[in-house]
Amino acid sequence: MDLPFAITLDVGSSHANRTGSWRVERPIYVDRLPPCNDACPSGENVQRWLYQAEPGEYEAAWHQIVEDNPFPAVMGRICYHPCETACNRTQLDEAVGINAVERFLGDLGIERGWPLPPAGKDTGRRVLVVGAGPAGLSATYHLRRQGHEVRLVDSASQLGGMMRYGIPSYRLPRAVLDAEIARVVALGVDVAFDHTVEDIQLEREAGAFDAAFLAVGAQLAHRVDIPAGDSSRVLDAVSLLHRVAVDDPPLLGRRVVVYGGGDTAVDAARTVRRLGATDAVIVYRRNRDRMPAQRDELEEALAEGVTMRWLSTVDRFENGHLMLEKMRLDASGFPEPTGEFEEFGADSLVLALGQDTDLSLLDRAPNVAVEDGVVTVLPTMMTGERGVFAGGDAVPSPRTATVAIGHGKRAAQGMGAFMSGKVLVDPTRHGLAPFDRLNTWYYSDAPRTKRHELERARRQSTFDEVVEGLTEENALFEARRCLSCGNCFECDNCFGVCPDNAVIKLGPEQRYEINYDFCKGCGLCAEECPCGAIDMVPERI
Amino acid sequence: MTAPPVRFYQVGSFAVGNRLLPDDDQTVQSDPNRTNSLDSGHRACQGCGEALGARYALDAAMRASEARLVAVNATGCLEVFSTPYPETSWRIPWLHSLFGNAPAVATGVAAALKVKGRSDVRVVAQAGDGGTVDIGFGCLSGMFERNDDVLFICYDNEAYMNTGVQRSGATPPAARTATTEAIGEEPGNVFGQGKNLPRLAMAHEITYVATATVADLHDLEEKVERAMRLHGARYLHVLVPCPLGWGSASCDTIRVARLAKETGLFPVFEAVHGKVTGVSAIRHRTPVEEYLSIQTRYAHLFGERPRTDIISRIQSIADRNIAEYQLLADDAITVEPEKAET
Repeated sequence: MDLPFAITLDVGSSHANRTGSWRVERPIYVDRLPPCNDACPSGENVQRWLYQAEPGEYEAAWHQIVEDNPFPAVMGRICYHPCETACNRTQLDEAVGINAVERFLGDLGIERGWPLPPAGKDTGRRVLVVGAGPAGLSATYHLRRQGHEVRLVDSASQLGGMMRYGIPSYRLPRAVLDAEIARVVALGVDVAFDHTVEDIQLEREAGAFDAAFLAVGAQLAHRVDIPAGDSSRVLDAVSLLHRVAVDDPPLLGRRVVVYGGGDTAVDAARTVRRLGATDAVIVYRRNRDRMPAQRDELEEALAEGVTMRWLSTVDRFENGHLMLEKMRLDASGFPEPTGEFEEFGADSLVLALGQDTDLSLLDRAPNVAVEDGVVTVLPTMMTGERGVFAGGDAVPSPRTATVAIGHGKRAAQGMGAFMSGKVLVDPTRHGLAPFDRLNTWYYSDAPRTKRHELERARRQSTFDEVVEGLTEENALFEARRCLSCGNCFECDNCFGVCPDNAVIKLGPEQRYEINYDFCKGCGLCAEECPCGAIDMVPERI
Repeated sequence: MTAPPVRFYQVGSFAVGNRLLPDDDQTVQSDPNRTNSLDSGHRACQGCGEALGARYALDAAMRASEARLVAVNATGCLEVFSTPYPETSWRIPWLHSLFGNAPAVATGVAAALKVKGRSDVRVVAQAGDGGTVDIGFGCLSGMFERNDDVLFICYDNEAYMNTGVQRSGATPPAARTATTEAIGEEPGNVFGQGKNLPRLAMAHEITYVATATVADLHDLEEKVERAMRLHGARYLHVLVPCPLGWGSASCDTIRVARLAKETGLFPVFEAVHGKVTGVSAIRHRTPVEEYLSIQTRYAHLFGERPRTDIISRIQSIADRNIAEYQLLADDAITVEPEKAET
């Protein structure tokens, strides 16, 4: 008899006693949708790529991002990161710096020359993409991956749309933009520059395209009638940013007023400072709480010396004198005039009062419904005209690049389904992983790593990038702050805390299994799971 | 590319395992090939803290002794639920003693091994709080005084649970047990010193005394490993909540243990030759109500007429511990135990 050390009698094992029969509730492993993934307009699997970045598997993480979004380095700079707003960690200390990690990965991708996944096998289908902004480029990328041929046309002489002509280079250096666009074009795209589509139907028929995607953006500055003397210098923010982007900045003088309260107004004011204006003043008719511009951008603008004139409208502009009318907010928060006026010296006035979409190319497409100046689309992004899809700023939605990238992806899926005669089926979404499912005891206290900002004095006069990227060490730290809400990250807690050894560890990436022969259903594993990935469900008796 | 050293590992050292840590820094419990000294099929209640604590401690001792270990076990819950004839849940050499003589039996085992020249085999004795602080105390004190080469582990669930929740010398004030009913002006157990065995062990000035809870696995494993590196009499006191006797939910065993430490009611520390050399600082200081209110043994304090007077007396015990052991992070003792050992 081969007995273990120091054992003299043969004994029976308690394995004969199947304590699983005591159970009234059983633990089951679940996956829930983390709030970051839920909030990402581009549909990135944020939690997954953070997980991959944590051990330093940057290339895998980068590939996970470009599954959904071909522009990590661009979005790591200009995205308004709804993921961070939604992040459960805000309730613990501060949101995970997802955007900064994305930028780190995106920059690494450019530095190392990681290519996008290759184009798919040729399907023989052809798609016309009108507009090479974030929506059009994203659609192009996803269509090429499906194997469809793409003709990408744009009225400008370079690709990028508002990413190039609307976003100042201190927020998005052109080398970064060029590198990420070049990767998409390298998938094999028939590009036409300086080509304005006059009539979508005509163009589509002429090229025998199976589908078309309208991503023409909102390039027209919204005009308001402000009485201005002949000698007064008035221009709109869209043209200002465009002219700066093509290196033909207008002369504005020393005192410049920007009228408006959106992101474009802030971009214009910061640009004006860099063009040499000593006074850059944003005039906005409501107050700070009701300003639609992103808080971070406003903070940076104020730090650069941009000043604000709240609760004011521009009444007229004559001979270097701007007449402002003071406003007050009524009970519903709507600004109403007070009749009090104030004179304000200014050399020029920049109007940033919103943008409109030029939809003249739809004049001969009567089935396409247009409401409030934008195109009505189905959930697949298809317009009323079969085979004509639309996205980006031309459809009703928040006008941000991230949303546009999401539209491009969604439309590519919609077009793919349309061209193959299938119905687009959405993957089932897991239930959300809210903060109260977490056991936060297990997460180390770790405040977020702030990205450095350029010395204020230096940035006022240059178009150098303002926000610096993370170092590798900081990026790792930041990625490791992820709580992995709702999805197992293999911390071994369930395996450790089971008093009955009824949790089986399956090994890296394989997670765990419950041995229901011995699990008594105490619920310790579910209670002590940091990320809420175990549910207790009643046992059927 | 090799990742640069980043000290922060998402869950730090709080969770059982961490895929980002090097193998050498992983806990025994995160190892799929751990001994499972106390195996499945034992008859402990759902969520038993003692079953968990015993596996944590003995698996760590098995690793530290390279699987050369004999365990002596006093009568009590741990013995009863693990070895109903003819089954055993133990996967280590294991001896059952009487309720009161486990330290003496362990002394004998150590002596026998010495006579046989088996210096490689180590001895652990274990008992519940009844077998340690009451019935076995005479033998234990003798074992300490003779400095026998035994690590004695007490799994403290603060009463005689196996026989139906009778009070022991380790039952805390105001707790209801079958022999300290929640009746009268002073319901539950009396306020008093009780038998603070870690302090009694320190009074013997033995090599090593430590307290731990099942809520901090890393700390518990480190203490077992440290104890196993030393020789002579050593004592480890592990707080193991009892869902049955404490009236806590079976899923709350670890939470209750964590709160015992975070409130200051159960100071977690270690001592070398009678001197405290380190404490586990409180991470989030918590009022005692949070600990008491999730256990029905204190339900009489939270009835229609809450006994705030009694709760504040319990709070003052916690406050006294915090002051005495310096349990707040800022003034926590940080002597390197390795240095204190020499």
